[in-house]
Amino acid sequence: MLSVKDLHATVGGNEILKGLSLEVPAGQVHAIMGPNGAGKSTLSYVLTGRDGYEVTQGTATLDGEDLLALAPDERAARGVFLSFQYPLEIPGVPALTFIRTALNAQRRARGEDEVTAPAFLKLAREKAAGLKIDFDMLKRALNVGFSGGEKKRMEILQMAMLSPRFLILDETDSGLDIDALRIVADGVNALRSPERGMLVITHYQRLLDYITPDAVHVLAGGRIVASGGPELAHQLEAEGYERYEKAAA
Amino acid sequence: MSLSTAIRDRDVAELPSKRDEDWRWTDLRGLIRVLPPPSSPVEGDLDAGRFDELVQRRIVVANGRGEAVIDVPAGETAWVSLRFISASDGAHAASASIVVGAGATLHLFETYEGQGAYVAQTSLTFALGEGAAVERVVLANDSAGGVSVSQAEVRLAPRADFAQTVVTSGGRRQRIETRVAHPGGHASLRLDGVYLLAEKAHADLTTVVTHDGLDGSTEQLTKGVVRDQARGVFQGRIVVAEGADRTDAKMGHHALILSDKAEVDAKPELEIYADDVACAHGNTVGALDDDALFYARQRGMSEVEARALLTEAFIGEVIDRIDQDEAREVVRAWAAERLRG
Ligand SMILES: Nc1ncnc2c1ncn2[C@@H]1O[C@H](COP(=O)(O)OP(=O)(O)OP(=O)(O)O)[C@@H](O)[C@H]1O
Ligand SMILES: [Mg+2]
Repeated sequence: MLSVKDLHATVGGNEILKGLSLEVPAGQVHAIMGPNGAGKSTLSYVLTGRDGYEVTQGTATLDGEDLLALAPDERAARGVFLSFQYPLEIPGVPALTFIRTALNAQRRARGEDEVTAPAFLKLAREKAAGLKIDFDMLKRALNVGFSGGEKKRMEILQMAMLSPRFLILDETDSGLDIDALRIVADGVNALRSPERGMLVITHYQRLLDYITPDAVHVLAGGRIVASGGPELAHQLEAEGYERYEKAAA
Repeated sequence: MSLSTAIRDRDVAELPSKRDEDWRWTDLRGLIRVLPPPSSPVEGDLDAGRFDELVQRRIVVANGRGEAVIDVPAGETAWVSLRFISASDGAHAASASIVVGAGATLHLFETYEGQGAYVAQTSLTFALGEGAAVERVVLANDSAGGVSVSQAEVRLAPRADFAQTVVTSGGRRQRIETRVAHPGGHASLRLDGVYLLAEKAHADLTTVVTHDGLDGSTEQLTKGVVRDQARGVFQGRIVVAEGADRTDAKMGHHALILSDKAEVDAKPELEIYADDVACAHGNTVGALDDDALFYARQRGMSEVEARALLTEAFIGEVIDRIDQDEAREVVRAWAAERLRG
């Protein structure tokens, strides 16, 4: 599914990713852990095509298609979804309007019919209820004045409604209370399927107790420096990153 | 110096120029070398107006011809559309007189519709009685070759309520000016504006409000979106005269500049000579938020669509303040066409 090979990328003239390679097969969930500033968010922005993140070497493909050649919205239409570490506020645009516009844009790009207004509302009610989001909140401007945890829940709601094929969760667990963490994890697990792949970036084992990964990778100094099974996350929690940071340096 | 005199006398020396402080960003003298001959009458039938269905009375003034006198007797309510049509390469001036009696209500939907390279001037006077209410919605759709100046003088009375929203796509040179004599006395004034400018369009929204008595309020919000080589001008002046204590005045002007060659000139001014006055103003000019754009595109919107959504939301704050539901939606649809076009 996702195949990243020897990826080098610069931000503001600094090389942040320095030969990162990663394979996430369809049906699997891979976790990425690593120290602050290691390049985890950078990887998520490079994969989604944010301006200012320049790839200088290497490749990234989804099901064999070159992701790096596509515009951000084309990647989204192929099913790439990023749950942002810091979701943006969109003044003046009700959450419902934003999500409907996005969903219909994706559907048009794939040559599908737009969803009708009643079908869309039904879907929104159903998904919001599942995530314990008050439906009235979806009438407010997206993320404006929302608490940190509410913003993260709203990311998962958008994910549930857009039903992407490849999910990148960038620290979706940070800022969530214990109940919200479980609700969000249930939302993510509901999307696990043989056709979908996921990359879960986190600092904490706690999220991985709910979303069991098939593999765990350590990202340090712009590279994957170690990979293993779920037990690697436990080991990191106990020992920290010191030895990997030395290895990366 | 005035455009109406210049048109009447066919004398370019009468045109306002950048030497007049008040016209420095809308220099007509520098633009017009020779005044065109008077416009001839408009021939043939007119298309339906955008607000026709909302009103009881329809007034059309075409190439300066037609009587525009609105007189709403005390206590009554009127719904009127007022269309100023310019279809010529000539020059013409028009005028309108609007009187709204004590306790009366007027819903006025005013449009400027242009075709050709005309030079047009329109003078309007509004006189409101005590407790009268006016909602004035102005939709200005001048042609890219047209020069148009609209000048309204508004006289309020105590407890009157005047709410105005001007929405414009500009012209070769266009100015929409509103001057309000505000007596205080719990009269309230709202002066809003939206300018959506593309290519070489120019729009100038100028307002002058003079508070002359105790307890008056003025609220003003103008937003603009300019692209290509367009130029937006906002001049907002609120004077609170000596003795006009307890005046409450708010002024906001915010613009988005979507290209390097577009320009916005803004001059918000509050002149306060009274005591115990609550005044606030804000003025910002900037670009669309790149992070918000990326967020929308990550969710699947094309760049064009994401920009349109964010700019519509930006001006939506002003359009939402139009009281009358149907008129608000007519204006919203018109604005959406301009932003997506
Ligand atoms: N615009 C920028 N200009 C210069 N350096 C940048 C820019 N954006 C990010 N960086 C640097 O890139 C490095 C990687 O940042 P990134 O956000 O990818 O880290 P991270 O692994 O996600 O960290 P965290 O765990 O704190 O979220 C950091 O050292 C950061 O300062
Ligand atoms: Mg990060």
